[in-house]
Parts: sequence; structure tokens; C-alpha cells
Amino acid sequence: MGFGPLNSSSGNGDRLRFQVAVYLVVSIFVVLLLRIWFLQIIRGETYRDLSENNRIRLEDIAPTRGIIYDRHGRILVDNRPAFKLAIVRADVSDLQQTLDKLSRFLEVEQNQLEEKVRNAPKGAPFRPILLNRDMNRNQVAAVETHRFNLPGVKVQIEPRRSYERPSFAAHLIGYLGEIGEAQLRKRQNQGYKLGDYLGRYGVEMEWEMSLKGQRGGRQVEADAAGRQLQILREIPSQPGHNLVLTLDTQLQLEAERALEGKAGAIVAMDPNTGDILAMASSPAFDQNQFVRGFTPSEWQAIVDHPQHPLENKAIQGQYPLGSTFKPVVVAAALEEGVIEPETMLTCNGEYQLGNHVYRCWKKRGHGEIALFQAVVQSCDIYFYQLGQRLGVERMADYARRFRLGSRTLVRLNNEAGGLVPTARWKLRRFGIPWQKGEDLVTAIGQGFLLATPIQMSVFYGAIANGGVFVKPRVVMRVEDADGGVVNKVQPEAFGRIDLSPGTVAFLQRALEGVVQEPRGTGRAALLPGKLRGLRVAGKTGTAQVVRAPEDDEEGDESEVPYKFRDHAWFVTYAPAEAPEIVVTVLVEHGGHGGSAAAPLARQVMEVYFKNRPKVQEAKLEARSEQ
Amino acid sequence: MVLTALFLVPSRAQVTSNHLRISEKCPMIDRRLIQNFDWLLLLLTFAIMAVGLVTLYSALFSGGGVRGSILTRQIYWLGLGMVVMVLAFSLDYQWLERFAYPAYVIGILLLMAVLIFGKTVSGSKRWLDLGPLVAQPSELMKPLLVIALARFFARQEKRESYKLRELALPALMVLVPVALIVLEPDLGTAALLLGIAASIILFVGVRPSSLLVLAGFSLSALPLFWYLMKGYQRQRILTLLDPSRDPLGSGYHIIQAKIAVGSGQFWGKGFLKGTQGQLRFIPEHHTDFIFTVLAEEWGFVGALLLLALLLCFLLRGMSVARRSRDQFGALLAFGITATVFWHVAVNIGMVLGMLPVVGIPLPLVSYGGSSAVVTMASIGILLNVAMRKFVFQK
Repeated sequence: MGFGPLNSSSGNGDRLRFQVAVYLVVSIFVVLLLRIWFLQIIRGETYRDLSENNRIRLEDIAPTRGIIYDRHGRILVDNRPAFKLAIVRADVSDLQQTLDKLSRFLEVEQNQLEEKVRNAPKGAPFRPILLNRDMNRNQVAAVETHRFNLPGVKVQIEPRRSYERPSFAAHLIGYLGEIGEAQLRKRQNQGYKLGDYLGRYGVEMEWEMSLKGQRGGRQVEADAAGRQLQILREIPSQPGHNLVLTLDTQLQLEAERALEGKAGAIVAMDPNTGDILAMASSPAFDQNQFVRGFTPSEWQAIVDHPQHPLENKAIQGQYPLGSTFKPVVVAAALEEGVIEPETMLTCNGEYQLGNHVYRCWKKRGHGEIALFQAVVQSCDIYFYQLGQRLGVERMADYARRFRLGSRTLVRLNNEAGGLVPTARWKLRRFGIPWQKGEDLVTAIGQGFLLATPIQMSVFYGAIANGGVFVKPRVVMRVEDADGGVVNKVQPEAFGRIDLSPGTVAFLQRALEGVVQEPRGTGRAALLPGKLRGLRVAGKTGTAQVVRAPEDDEEGDESEVPYKFRDHAWFVTYAPAEAPEIVVTVLVEHGGHGGSAAAPLARQVMEVYFKNRPKVQEAKLEARSEQ
Repeated sequence: MVLTALFLVPSRAQVTSNHLRISEKCPMIDRRLIQNFDWLLLLLTFAIMAVGLVTLYSALFSGGGVRGSILTRQIYWLGLGMVVMVLAFSLDYQWLERFAYPAYVIGILLLMAVLIFGKTVSGSKRWLDLGPLVAQPSELMKPLLVIALARFFARQEKRESYKLRELALPALMVLVPVALIVLEPDLGTAALLLGIAASIILFVGVRPSSLLVLAGFSLSALPLFWYLMKGYQRQRILTLLDPSRDPLGSGYHIIQAKIAVGSGQFWGKGFLKGTQGQLRFIPEHHTDFIFTVLAEEWGFVGALLLLALLLCFLLRGMSVARRSRDQFGALLAFGITATVFWHVAVNIGMVLGMLPVVGIPLPLVSYGGSSAVVTMASIGILLNVAMRKFVFQK
């Protein structure tokens, strides 16, 4: 049988090649067999010994997550060492006794620990089971003292996220959460493991790949009790990259202080670069809580809170614009030639269209008034007439030219896009045709119009800087652990506004009038004291939440129930001649923009100009000398 | 199950042989077919398969239970493999010659499909999702390439001393699938495909001077490739060649594999008594590292038995090649034998820490559907060549 002589029909060459092939195969098998002999017979004793105690193990070395700084290099988010406690079941001689001791040292119920051991995956007795992630000093001391009598018990140091000021810029910076199973499956080849934390919101989430760093590990030889004898090989972990935010701590603190006890948002942005100097959303939350973990009742309280603390109102909150929409209508009216700046229209407090009466916020009316004063005093009657002449389609066109209705693409998750209504949109959405009266309502920023505070910052920023739409920027630089710059985030723009320079100049003058003119609605934003000389521009807005009853008296907000009160807007920039900062304030159910929002904007402006970097002052001087 | 299959195959063949006189033209029902059936080869196949199933049972055994679903699936796969094997030896292999190129093209299209629609598992696209099951087209490509190369060389006038220019077309036939598999990336399978193709071409015979030029050219091309590679790609190659560079990954696996094999000593720890695999110190211990389970539980004796079975199988395969009726059959049988040989050598060499850690299964032993079915089909072709050797027998 088998391997008989070569077929006589084969040539000599064939025969030779068969022989070579057979010899090659046999000799490779001999080599394999010799290797097996070497491993099993010559070194067999050693390997048997190593296998019996499963002495060579892998340990993870957790990476340090990147630090987050503000624009001046102040630390906002750091890491602190945390002591974690784990047991390796296979190394424990008496599980009950060990857990009994540990429950005393940790001051927890023994059955809590037992449950954790029970729930650990079966069949891997050498995989450490985590019992406590963050022991306090006393717990560490107790365990360490008895370490020798606790075979299989491990104490390891691991970096833990630490937010230096609780709830500071919570929405912008975001928070971490333990990786979920679905996420783990998707991201396993990015090096995530069960129990890892990763960014779930804000900058922590959007810059996860930069911040996370790379896990290291070591091959360790352990004795029979699981104690480490020697480190065979070690690969250190790579710390994550650090982020330098565009945020200014002082300004952020002031914005948060201004919103204390209110629901709303404040965004401060540099209109030239798009740098977000402050972004506050109120109420906020303590990010450390996400690291520590919530109790079910704590979590329920946050989720059920009527003012939605987890929502970043600066980018997720969509509100009717109220009178802050008026610059769009002005631009449309001037560009479309519907009126001239000098056109006088009469406001006697009411305007009738069909059988419906539309009112001005000022019941007595503004009298004979031109466009400039109509903006300064925010006359609604004037704008009803502009709205009537323009129609919704043209207003929507100009609203989109100001990038309303589209996201600003700030690199933060869950940004909302706002809404610019058109007749077609309404018909499709509600099945009801557009009504004439809705042109009027739209012209004063009511009705279906919606925008987020950050959209308003970009919109007014473009008026302030002469027509460029900046992309808001939250992170300035990515640095490695040694401070070397890895990535410089360049300011970006979406191009210029599609308006004539004259129209932009008129808008700038009118917005300046809102604050500087004696009868302006935004006078509460005037800077006090030594800063008086800085000219401020802005626009108030009072956005109705529900349609005002016909006989509503002006200024009686305190009698209206909270949830029916108007949202207060104020969008402002300064110095008017060379703007450095745009501040958007929105106070939910705050009442009138001029009284509820403008003072908060002034508070933030004041801090900005008091702390204004000397560099910028020098720049200003240079400009005035020219 | 193994036994029923053993008896099933000849009995069916005998039934057909009764109809011998009815249709003489059909070569399938020639009495000599049964006379020439290579029982030894089939027996060796079943023996290796049996060792494989016992070892797989051990590998899936952990802390008192067996992950039965994987074992059942493997048995189904082997069952399907047997059906395919019967099909593969029923029809005269000249059919393969006729469809060699279209089948090759289909294989290439499947490899392209993997790159486009493939399922990404730990960073590489190797699997095609076909609803309830996933398939690995690179496994299928191995026999398809063997068939295509066998056809090419069988149709050539000359029998040896090929010059470089004459090897251009077969080289292209090899390099296209190799490139597609490198893109997945699956460097191990790509290298294996190169090894199989090189075996066939060397077996056909290359002029010594051309061989020198080819070797020199490949060697000098290596630095160029190195230069063209990106940093992480170089890192990957270096880790492949030297697992100790990756002490937390493949380096650790190799240490644990060596401990598993070594701790088996002469007699082994006994059936289901191995610990390295059960305690999950070795990942992939039911697929690529399954040899460690055998060596740990059955010791040197067990390893020797499996190696002996595999060696007999390979020698038998080569004797089929040598005694085949025509050049196509010879190349087919040689190519299939070479495929099995490279799998065995690379897999066991890797497990013993002598070769880079690449994902190459041990044929008929490692768990894996595509590999099982394709291997069984290839063995069917081998049996086909063996039983149809009589036509030109003198």
C-alpha cells in the first residue's frame, strides 16, 4: 500500500521533484517534532510548574486622560489617583473569610460583595473582579495593613477624572460614563474594555479620541497567592492629549453667576475668531456625580427636573426669537427696496389687518417714526407693515442668509438647528395654508421662528464683524503630555453675508442706537463707570410663549404664571466700532429682554472689559493712532 | 457519525456499479472506480477529523460545561463538508478543468465583495455576511487558485524549465488574489497563498537561472516595500515576525501557548484535564491555537499521533499526484496536498513559537466552517484524482 515506486511514465525531472517534495515535508515534520520534544520533554518540568499556578498573567495599566485647560492655561479638568480593590478568585484560599474581612474594612454589607463575585463572568477565575473603584484613605489603610493575610486581593492605583470646580461649564465640558455593552462591541478594536469610562457629552465626548490615551500593560509573574513576584515585560500607558479650550474662566464664572436661580443660557463669543469665551446653561449639574455614580433617586430627580439641567440650552434650546429677529426684516426691507431708511410710518399702538388687531408692545404707540428709531425702540407696528410688504418667503430667504435654520456646526453634540418657516413648510407640516396675519407675526420674530442662543451669536457676530459668519470654536489647541502642540484648531468661517455694505452699516448703527440712544430698549446694557466710553450695540427680544391675551397690560409679568411668561433675549456686542465680544443672553420665562436679559449681558461684558488682555488694549491704541 | 459516513459512501458507489452495463459511456459507474477508490486517504481523513472533534470538545470544555453550540455547528459543517466531498469525487475531474477559469473569476469577485461589503472584525474585513452564516472567501480562493494554476500548466506544451516570460500569466493569477487578501488585511492567508502557488510553480519546474533572477528580484523588492509602508504597517510586520514586541497581545499568547504545550510533557494531563485553555489563558484556543489543547491534554504521545496521521495523509496525497493519469490531475493533487501541508506547517510552527502569529487554521481540527467545507471539498477532489488514475495506467 501507499507510497510505491514512481510511475514509469514520469520523466526524470518529475521523479526528482517528487523526491525533493517528500524529503522537504518529512524534514519539516521532523523539525516540528523536535520542537515539541524540546518543549514537552526537555523544558516540560518548567512549563508544568508555570501552568500549575498559572503564574504568568497580564495586568492593565490604565492611561491618564488628557487634561482640559481654559484659554489662559488654568486647569479645568484633571485626574486624581484612585485606589481600586479587586480579587482574583483562583488565588483566594477561603472566599467567605476573605469577603468577611473585606466587608469590615470597606464598611459595606458582605452580601454586596458576594453579589459582585457571583455576577462576575464564569470560567475565568484568573480575571480580577472589581469590588471597589474608589476607596477612601481609611479603607486603603485597612486593606493594605492586612494584605499578607488576604491572598488574591489586589489594590491598584488608577487615574480618575476630577472636575476642579463642580458644575463649572458642565454642559460645554461634558461628562464621562461607563462604556455600555453595545458601544463596547462597536469600539473594541479601539482598545476599549468593559468597565472603561468614555466621554458621553460635550467636549469630553467630541474629543474622546484625543483625550483617551492608550492603555498599557505588563506581564507579571505571580506566586501561588497571586502576589506579584516580578514584572517580565511592561508597556507603559500613553497619556491622552490635553485640550486648551477657548473658554475664559473668569467670564464663564460670571455668566454662571448671572444665571444663578434662573433657567437660560449665556454665550460669549469672539466675533472675529468664533472663540467661545463662555457658554453657560442653567440649571447645571455636577460632573463629578457622573464619575461617582448616581443613586436611582438622584438620577430620577435630574431627569424629572422641569428645567432640564442635562440639556445645554445654548445649543439645544430652541426659542422664538422675538424682536431679536428684527435685523433680518430690516435687511430684507432695505435690500428689496420695500422702504428707505427715511420712510416714516405711524404707530398708534394698534394695527388692523382684516378683522384682527395687532398691537405694539407700547400701548400708547410710538407716533410718526423712521426705520432707525423703529429698531431702537423696537416698534412692532413698523415691523408689522414691513412684514406685510415683504411676505414670509422673502423674510425666510433673508433669515437663511443670516444662517438661521442651520446648525452652527460647533463641535458639541446634540446641536439643534432652529426653524425658519415658509408657506410650503406650514402646509406640509400642518396641512393649513399660510395666513396673511402670520407675515406680521413673523416680522416681530413670533410664530414658528425658532433659534438657539449660539445661532444668535453667529448671526449678530456677522453684523458685528462686518458680514463674516464664523464657525464657533470650543477647542483652541490639542497638546501632548509634554505641552507640544499636536493640533491647532484654526478659526473657520462660512463665508460672507449676502448684503450690500450700506445695509450692514445701517444695521450696525441701529443696533448701537438700541443701547446708546436715550429711548433705546437696551439701555440696561450700558457699561458703567470707567467703561462708559465703550460703545455697546445690541438688540432686545421678548419672545411670547403663548399668544398674549388681548387685554394684556404691558409690564405686568409678575402676575402671569411662570410657565406662561415670555422668554427674555438680549444679544449684544462691543466695542461697537471694533467688536471683540458678542454676548447672547436668553432667560427662559424671564419677561422683557430689556429688563431681564440686558443686565445679565452687561454683567458679563463688564468682567470681560475689566480683565481685557493688555494685548488687545494695545491693539486698540494702535488702531486709534492711525 | 464518522462511521456511518464511512459505510455510506461505498454502498452508494456499489449501487451505481450495478448499472454498469446499462450505460457504459458514463465513466462514473465503471467498476474500476470502486477498485481504485483510495480507502486509505479517506480513513486518514476521518482519523484526523476524529482527533479534531475530541480536541475541540476539550477546547470548548470549561468549568464543568461544554459550549455545545459551537461543537454542534462544527459537526454540521463537517457533515456538509462530507456531502460536498462526495460531490467532488463523483464527477470526473475533467469538469474542473473546463470550469477552472470561470470559478477562479468568481473567487476573485467574492474577494472584491468582501472588501466592499465585508464584515469588519477587529480591524480587518475577512467575512462575507450571507444572512444566517458568514463565509470567508479567502478560504475558497485557495483551491480555486490551485485548480486554475493546474489548468494553466497542464495545457502548456512544455513540462519543465519554465522561463520568466512564460511565468508572467500564472504570476498574475497568483498576485491578484494575494493583493486582494493583503487589502483585507490578512497577511497570513496572503502569504499562505503565495506559498501554495510557489510550490506548484516550483513543482512544474523553473529554469535554474530564472529561479535565481526571481529570487534576487523578490529579495531586492523587499526594502522597497518596506520603504513604501506606513509606520503602523511596519509595526504590524515587526510584531508578526517577533511576537515579543507585543507582550500584551500575541507575545503573551505565544508564552501561554508554549506553557500549554510544554506542560503536557510525555503523557499529557489527561482528557479534559488541561488548564491553560479552559482558564482562557489562550485566546482562540478552539480555532487557531487548538493544537495547544491537544498537546496539553495528550502530551507528546498525542502530538506525535496527530503529526503522524497528517504526515501519512500528505505522503498519500503526493502519491496520488504521482500516479495520476494526466498532468492536470497530478498538479491538482499536488496543489491540494501542498495547501494542506502549508496550513499544518504554519499553524503548528506558530503555536510552537517558531513562526509569526498569523490566523491560519489547522485543517480538519480547528473550528471554522469555511475551512472545514473547503478542506473536505479539496480532499474530495484528491479522491477523485486517485480513483480515476486508471485511464492511462500501463
